[in-house]
Amino acid sequence: MIFADEPLPGENLPVLPGHYSPGRFERVLRAGHFAVTAEIAPPDSADPMEVYQRAALFDGHVDAINATDGSGANCHMSSVGMCALLTRRGYSMIMQISCRDKNRIAMQGDVLGASAMGVSNILCLTGDGVQSGDHPEAKPVFDMDCMNSLQMLRGMRDDGQFLSGRKISSPPQIFLGAAANPFAPPFDYRPLRLAKKIAAGAQFVQTQYCFDIDKLKTYMAKARDLGLHEKVFILPGVGPLASAKSAEWIRSNVAGVHIPDAIIKRLAGAQDQKQEGVNICIDMINQIKEIEGASGVHIMAYRQEERIAEIVEKTKVLGDRIPWHPNR
Amino acid sequence: MKAVRYWSVRNARWLRWLYKGLEAGLMVLYPLLSRIGYERLDRFVAALEKRLKGFLFDSQSCGHCTLGDTGMACPMNCPKTLRNGPCGGVRANGHCEVEPEIVCVWVTSWEGSQRVGDTESTIQVIQPPVDVRLKGTSAWLRSVRKRLGIVAP
Repeated sequence: MIFADEPLPGENLPVLPGHYSPGRFERVLRAGHFAVTAEIAPPDSADPMEVYQRAALFDGHVDAINATDGSGANCHMSSVGMCALLTRRGYSMIMQISCRDKNRIAMQGDVLGASAMGVSNILCLTGDGVQSGDHPEAKPVFDMDCMNSLQMLRGMRDDGQFLSGRKISSPPQIFLGAAANPFAPPFDYRPLRLAKKIAAGAQFVQTQYCFDIDKLKTYMAKARDLGLHEKVFILPGVGPLASAKSAEWIRSNVAGVHIPDAIIKRLAGAQDQKQEGVNICIDMINQIKEIEGASGVHIMAYRQEERIAEIVEKTKVLGDRIPWHPNR
Repeated sequence: MKAVRYWSVRNARWLRWLYKGLEAGLMVLYPLLSRIGYERLDRFVAALEKRLKGFLFDSQSCGHCTLGDTGMACPMNCPKTLRNGPCGGVRANGHCEVEPEIVCVWVTSWEGSQRVGDTESTIQVIQPPVDVRLKGTSAWLRSVRKRLGIVAP
């Protein structure tokens, strides 16, 4: 997909009227296309080639790439670093900022730096607790929560000022995102929490892994009742499970991921469990695209990134659209 | 104490009423009280607040109290000190991701907020980030001074 006003890789698109960012992702969503985003695994390495190779796996199949910020509280290459490398090549990045490791001073500095590099989308997260990662002895920061950071970034963009009130001479043009988890208690509060995030500045949301379509449908129905689907682009999260055993492990060890017994049974009963994991993911996407108010899907294929192309192709969610990529 | 904390949430409705009443009382008395001097007054009220709210809500005395908006659950008891709702890590049984033995502060807050009613004017209010300089100071006096226009909101 190439826009008429296509810039050189690494340069920004013009900001269209009614848009907030110079990015492709916002354009795709506002044009009404069903968008696909994917999470890139940051390397435990200082080699930029690893980052480029991992991104190239998604070429032609995703509209934007999420650069995670120490996901699971594990140490990896920073989201700022990933974005610095990939925006140079012209990739549309969604930079994740977690509240766990940075205070308001560091966050605002990163936002300006990221925007200067061509990051058009920023996703504000609370972040996993340090206890779940490889440095449980670390001091958790949590100076802000995700609601505060959304509001702060919106203030930087719309009011052109830092949280302190000091002026920013050229404000960051960013499309603001948030996360949502429809699959964790308190369930009846979750849609209201989404409303609160929208009030704080969220323009798109990506959800936790969906393995329970009925729960998602209930959540989406409530969101529609509140009119939220007209105020925010909702991209439910999906991903392939590697095996029944790994699904069991995720269910009991990864906070906030809900996997129903039926899914584990289906995996356990399959000859090729890995392929069945991909099939389940494809089924989820096919069901999600029928839900009113779902603007796309967010694919998190941890350690199975090479399967994303197959997943996207089999679901045909992109129609005849081929998202822009530098190697086309 | 967790048992008292949970009891307070179950009784959020009238406790909030009491809490707001106390604030209104302080508003009326403030001109009189302020003759004692704000500094001296703050030390006294903060100590009282710490005892009382510490007992009832396990209050952490952050200095800008949200109890009235959060169903009488102190959000500073959340290990991530989230002030605007639950994170995505809440366990299936409603317990905390970080400290599995406690019920998520926001699960209790939601319960308390429903008891209070009108969630739009309580739990849906976006709480600003904490000003760490205010820790240990009186949140009551601060809110009274805010209402009286003595300090900026």
